[in-house]
Amino acid sequence: MNRINQKLQEDKKLLSIYFTAGYPNLNDTVTVIENLEKSGVDMIEIGLPFSDPLADGPTIQASSTASLDNGMTSEVLFNQLKDIRKTVSIPLIIMGYFNPMMQYGVEAFCKKCAEIGIDGLIIPDLPVQDYNENYKAIFEKYGLINVFLITPQTSEERIRFIDSISNGFIYMVSSASVTGAQNSFGSTQSDYFNRIAAMNLKAPQIVGFGISNAETFQQATVSAKGAIIGSAFVKHLTEHGVDKIDKFISLIK
Amino acid sequence: MSENYFKKYPNKEGFFNEYGGAFIPPQLEEEMKKINDAYFSISKSHKFISELRDIRKHFQGRPTPVYHCHRLSQKYGGQIYLKREDLNHTGAHKLNHCMGEALLAKHLGKKKLIAETGAGQHGVALATAAAYFGLECEIHMGEVDIAKEYPNVLRMKILGATVVPVTHGLKTLKEAVDSAFGAYLQDPINTIYCIGSVVGPHPFPMMVRDFQRVVGIEAKDQFFDMTGELPDNVVACVGGGSNAMGIFSAFLEDEECKLYGIEPGGKSLETIGEHAATMTLGSPGIIHGFKCYTLQDENGEPAPVHSIASGLDYPGVGPEHSMLKDLEKVTYDCISDKECIDAFFELSRMEGIIPALESAHAVAYALKLAKENPKQSILVNLSGRGDKDLDYVVENYGIPK
Ligand SMILES: Cc1ncc(COP(=O)(O)O)c(C=O)c1O
Repeated sequence: MNRINQKLQEDKKLLSIYFTAGYPNLNDTVTVIENLEKSGVDMIEIGLPFSDPLADGPTIQASSTASLDNGMTSEVLFNQLKDIRKTVSIPLIIMGYFNPMMQYGVEAFCKKCAEIGIDGLIIPDLPVQDYNENYKAIFEKYGLINVFLITPQTSEERIRFIDSISNGFIYMVSSASVTGAQNSFGSTQSDYFNRIAAMNLKAPQIVGFGISNAETFQQATVSAKGAIIGSAFVKHLTEHGVDKIDKFISLIK
Repeated sequence: MSENYFKKYPNKEGFFNEYGGAFIPPQLEEEMKKINDAYFSISKSHKFISELRDIRKHFQGRPTPVYHCHRLSQKYGGQIYLKREDLNHTGAHKLNHCMGEALLAKHLGKKKLIAETGAGQHGVALATAAAYFGLECEIHMGEVDIAKEYPNVLRMKILGATVVPVTHGLKTLKEAVDSAFGAYLQDPINTIYCIGSVVGPHPFPMMVRDFQRVVGIEAKDQFFDMTGELPDNVVACVGGGSNAMGIFSAFLEDEECKLYGIEPGGKSLETIGEHAATMTLGSPGIIHGFKCYTLQDENGEPAPVHSIASGLDYPGVGPEHSMLKDLEKVTYDCISDKECIDAFFELSRMEGIIPALESAHAVAYALKLAKENPKQSILVNLSGRGDKDLDYVVENYGIPK
C-alpha cells in the first residue's frame, strides 16, 4: 500500500509540511526532510521551484526564485533524493508546476519518482480533465497518488467528481486567494470547513494555505484529517536555516 | 465556412488543437468558468452587441480607415496599404478588446480592472475603458518599460489608474504579467484580469480575438471597396498576437491571401536573451496558464527575451497563432531591431505617419515583401502610433539627416 494511504489510516490529525527544495541552500533539501521526520512531522511536500508560480504567495515565490538561482532543477532534485529512502520513511510528495514536468517528460518524471520512492504529486496547474484523459494511466503505472485541490469556490458537483477520482487525499485550499501565513481563520473559513465536512467525502481532506501556528492547525483540523504548513515554515527556514526545525514543529503539535 | 472556424476553435476546453487550455490553479478555475459563461450569455446578447457597436462608432472613432501608401508603393514596388489602428482612440488597436472586456466586467459586477502592460498601450486603453465605465483600474508595468514608455505612464495616471511598478526579473512584460496575475489572485471575486492580448488561460485568447475581429471585418470590406480585390498579402506584428489575430481572422479561409505574422528578431537570433522570436525558435510549453510556443530552457523555465518594442517582448505567444503555425495557415518571420528603426523613420518621412515600434516591425516586413513582389498588394495592420516611442528612439538612435 502507498505510504500516503497507510498514513491516512492512522488515528490522528496529520501535520504535513511544505518546503521549497534547494532552499535556503541548494544542498539543504535532504537535511530539511530528515530533520522534519525526526521532529515528528507526518508527511512532507517537496516544492519543485518554478519561476512562474501562479498559485503561490510572496514568501514561497521568493524561496522559489532563490532556489532556482541556487541551481535547482528536476534533475538536481532527483539526484539529491536518490538515497532518501535509506533514511526517511514518512510519505513524500513532490509539489510543482506542470511545465517543468512536461519538459522533463511526464512518464520519465513519474518513473524517476517511483524509483526514488516518492509517493504522490501535487500539480496545481494541471487541469483535472487533462490528467484524467492523458496522464492518469502513467501515474497509476508508477504507483503515484495525484492530489487534487478544491477551494471555497469549487462547486459541489466538481468536488464530488474530484472525490470520485481521488485515490489519496483531497487538498483543501482554505481561501480563494494564494498561499500566505495567517494568524487565525474567520467565519467564512469555518463555514467552508463545515460545508465540506457535511459532504461526507470518501477521500480524507487535508487543509492547506494560511496555516501558520497551533491555533490555525487546530481550527483547520476540527473535521479535516490534517493540515499543511507552507509559507510559515519557509519563513522559518529563511530566518533560522535548517537547524531549529524541531523547535518550529514542537510549537504546532 | 468561416463561421465554422470560429465555432470550432477553440474547443469547449479552450484548446486550439494542442495549444491553449487553462493550466491554472483551482483558485482561478471557477472564476474563469464564470467569465466564460458570462462571455457566452452576455456578450452574444443583442443589448451587449448594440452597446459595443455604439461605443466603437462614437467613442473609439471606428471604422478606422485603410490608407494606400502612395509614395512607399512607388519607391518599393507593390501596392502597400495600412489598416490605420493608430487612429483608433488612444492610438492603438488595444482599445478594441479593452472596451469589450470592460463592458463584460461591468455586466459581471466587477469593481476593478487589473492588467499588465508592456508598451503601455494596453494599460492606457484599459485605463480609458475603466474611466468610461466608472471602474477602478490597476496596471502592472515593468520598471524598464516605465522608463522607456513614460508618456504612457502619465496618460494612465491622468486617466485615474494606479500604476504598479514591477521590479523582479528583467522588469519587462513577462514579469508584469506575473505581477498582475498575483494581484488578481488576491481577490478574483471583485476584480477581473483584463489580459492585454490573445494569451492567458481560456477564455481570454478567444475573447480578445473575438473583440479584435472588428479590425479584419472592416479592413476586408474597405480593401475590397478600394481595389475590387482581396489583398495578396496581409502583414501584422506578433507580440501576444491580438492585432494579428484581429486582421488575420477575416482572411483565414481565403487561400489567395498570404498571411504573415512578424516577430521581433531583436539584436540577434543567435543568442538567447537578445530576441523574442517565440514562434521561430520556441517549443511547445506552458506559460501564464496556457500552452503555446514558448522560449524556454530545458527545465521549462521561460527564457529571457529582448525587443526594441516593449509590446513584443514576451517569451510566449497566443495559442491560436501556435496552431496556425502548425497548420501552415500563417507564415511567421522575424524583423530585427535595426530593420524596425529604419522602417520607423521610412514610414514617418515617406507617408507622414509615425508608427509604434511594434507596428514598425510589420511595416519593415511589408517593405521587403514589396521589393520581392512588385506586382502584389500588401495590407499591413498598423497597430499603433509611435508617440510613446519618440524619446526612446531619439535617445538611442538619434534623428537621421
Ligand atoms: C501598437 C502595438 N502593436 C502591437 C502590440 C503587440 O501586441 P499584440 O501582438 O497582442 O497585438 C502592442 C502591445 O503593446 C502595441 O502597443
